[in-house]
Amino acid sequence: MITGRRRDRCVAAAALTLIWTMLWGSVTPLTVVGGLIVSAVVLTVFPLPAVTYAGRIHPIGVLRFAARFAVDMVVASAQVAVLAFRFGTVPRSAVIAVRMRAPSDLGLTLTAEALSLVPGSLIVEVDRERGVLYVHVLGVSSLAEVERFRGEVLALERRIVHAFGSAAERRIVEEATP
Amino acid sequence: MTVTTVVAVIITVLLTAGAALALVRVVRGPTLLDRIIATDVLLAIVMAAIGAEAAFSRDATALPILVVLSILGFIGSVSVARFATRRPPR
Amino acid sequence: MIDAIAWFCLITGALLGLSAGVALVRFPDLLSRMHAATKPQVLGLLLVLTGCALRMRDHVGVMALVAVFQMATAPVAAHMVGRAGYRSGRVREDLLVTDELADAPAAPGSR
Repeated sequence: MITGRRRDRCVAAAALTLIWTMLWGSVTPLTVVGGLIVSAVVLTVFPLPAVTYAGRIHPIGVLRFAARFAVDMVVASAQVAVLAFRFGTVPRSAVIAVRMRAPSDLGLTLTAEALSLVPGSLIVEVDRERGVLYVHVLGVSSLAEVERFRGEVLALERRIVHAFGSAAERRIVEEATP
Repeated sequence: MTVTTVVAVIITVLLTAGAALALVRVVRGPTLLDRIIATDVLLAIVMAAIGAEAAFSRDATALPILVVLSILGFIGSVSVARFATRRPPR
Repeated sequence: MIDAIAWFCLITGALLGLSAGVALVRFPDLLSRMHAATKPQVLGLLLVLTGCALRMRDHVGVMALVAVFQMATAPVAAHMVGRAGYRSGRVREDLLVTDELADAPAAPGSR
């Protein structure tokens, strides 16, 4: 467990140093060393809680997720923009509960973040113990569309698990999808 | 009139109209939370304006402002949202 | 040519800002308006930053940081405001097709 903890801290220090050098806008010995010192101080003064991460990052899954996410964002932004300019109708919406099939903390967080970033869906409430996301969806007018959207959320979860999940989570998700 | 000027005028008009409409919502409310959202949109439009200005002048002076806004802009709405939840629902 | 793409990105970003303003005024309740707010915050800013990056190549790192920070923080604010809005009853129930949070067993927000 100690080694896992140490690995986490090394990753965090590397990420903070990267952010530091990006803020300075140049990679020189001074900025890199300064970044290492600052990240060491930050990690000592504000220690992070241990994150249980059992998964592995799959590059192809990440690429597929990122590409689909970009497409979703553009399409959804256009849809909401069109809805805004369609005068005369009042858009209807729904609050739906979606039960995640592999509710790890990380998967739940990433799914909720991705849903919030896409216009047209919004997280209202999260039930962490049961692994249920309550999503507010804009522009649905029938129960059939609600079901279709539920399927889309589950498909999003599947892509996230395929990108960042552990082998056990991938199995659960694969068994759940026909 | 060069293309650059035309594009600058178009972007200014669009962003100003968006900001004015967001201001309408800030004034009309009706609740605190509506005003927070409208202020968030206003902030996003201001950020877009700063970014557009930097793109036109090819001048990076304003970019640190965007960095600070992007990392601190959410704190105001989070704190006010917490404050608004405390009140018992009517 | 590159400038043309940059102009396209900037104008589209500005259009998203305008449509968010229109939606803020027109949409019926708090949660619907929040969807409108997400657009300029995320895609609009990304488009403007892309336009920016195409115009000046030497500050791409800072712009990437702005994009990452914004995408990390915007959902936090949206979730807090959305939850506060739902709990204080700022939802037009007559416009909801279904509300599965209302019939949820032992509403998780009660704690």
